[in-house]
Amino acid sequence: MNYFFEILPNITAGLKMTLGIFFVTIIGSIPLGIVVSLAMRSPYFSIRWLVNGYIWLMRGTPLLLQLIFIYYGLAMVGVTFTRFDAAAFAFIINYAAYLAEIFRGGLQAIPKGQFDAAQVLGLNKIQTFFKIVLPQVIKIVVPSFGNEVVNLVKDTSLIYVIGLGDILRAGSIAAARDVSLVPYVIVGVLYLIMTAIVTLALRYSEKRLNVWR
Amino acid sequence: MIKIKNLTKTYGDKVIFKDLSLDLEDAEILVVTGPSGSGKTTLIKTLTGLEDAQAGEIDLNGQTYQVGDPALAAKIGLIFQDFNLFPHLTVRKNLTLAPMTVNKVSAAEANTKADELLETLGLTEQADSYPYQLSGGQKQRVGIARALAMNPQIIAYDEPTSGLDGKTTDQVVQVMLDLKKAGVTQLVVTHDLPFADQVADTVFDFEKEVRRS
Repeated sequence: MNYFFEILPNITAGLKMTLGIFFVTIIGSIPLGIVVSLAMRSPYFSIRWLVNGYIWLMRGTPLLLQLIFIYYGLAMVGVTFTRFDAAAFAFIINYAAYLAEIFRGGLQAIPKGQFDAAQVLGLNKIQTFFKIVLPQVIKIVVPSFGNEVVNLVKDTSLIYVIGLGDILRAGSIAAARDVSLVPYVIVGVLYLIMTAIVTLALRYSEKRLNVWR
Repeated sequence: MIKIKNLTKTYGDKVIFKDLSLDLEDAEILVVTGPSGSGKTTLIKTLTGLEDAQAGEIDLNGQTYQVGDPALAAKIGLIFQDFNLFPHLTVRKNLTLAPMTVNKVSAAEANTKADELLETLGLTEQADSYPYQLSGGQKQRVGIARALAMNPQIIAYDEPTSGLDGKTTDQVVQVMLDLKKAGVTQLVVTHDLPFADQVADTVFDFEKEVRRS
């Protein structure tokens, strides 16, 4: 128990970093993902081509590699980020691509009749999107969105590669120094708690959304 | 008094209707009949701006609009064949959404009007239900109420009896005759001839009377 309190400050600092990347990614990738999903339905071929290329790049290469490229690779051509900004940028553009695919599926599931009804009632495109389409898309995508959020909790551990001290790194350092598995157990339990919170929050929102069908 | 003048709709070389003119007196029920696929629904869609037309104008109580003018679409209420109610909104909110978002009516005013309409159409008990909880006939009436909430000068029905049983059809007939008494001008597109006989002041046989060349 004493040992637990001894390594706690390091673990807490790591936890802050993990949660920081987690929330920044959530806040950044959701709006970007929505914009990208709308661009995928653009009437202009060039825009569709561009966003499809972006999604292919993001989903076709490992996030780990993207992190390395954005932090080390871009620095070589003169674009420099702080470590945190580089990690946040890489996570946002990566997760936005996955979320865009999910939102696109949700958008496609909205019947044309809903758009027609909104149009004959005089709603403009923006009003139709926010008042009619988006609420229905949210209900459709919550389960798959939840999957991505749980993945994100665990993916944050990749930021060690550009030298950021997340919770797993804090655990690894303590484990190597003290030749003990206990820090890893603590870290594992903390991940479980975080994913459990996310899962419960998503279940709750699914339940709330089930008042209509 | 509503005059539809010289409405023409073509898909490439295929003429759906040409120089179609129809007059509706105030509080008249005009029924357009004809077999499926003859272009009756297209007629309604061009009037409400859901499809463009090659030519035509509509005279609404002395004001002339070109077909496709958004200002015109706002004056025509449409009741869809499959209702197209907004599934994520309660019955009352289905009615208040457009008045509040499009016409910027206050919530209190929109609610008062919605409650009046719901009472007229016998839907008071369903005000806080969601569309999935309603029967076909109730959905139909919510569709009518939603259109009426925008104070249209005419309401148009696309196949209002399709998918309704005999008893529910009788209710729809009653609702339409009540609206007629209240002074609402109605345009109905249907292939259900017995139903047409029950409500029509004037019948327009789309197959015989429409010009295609």
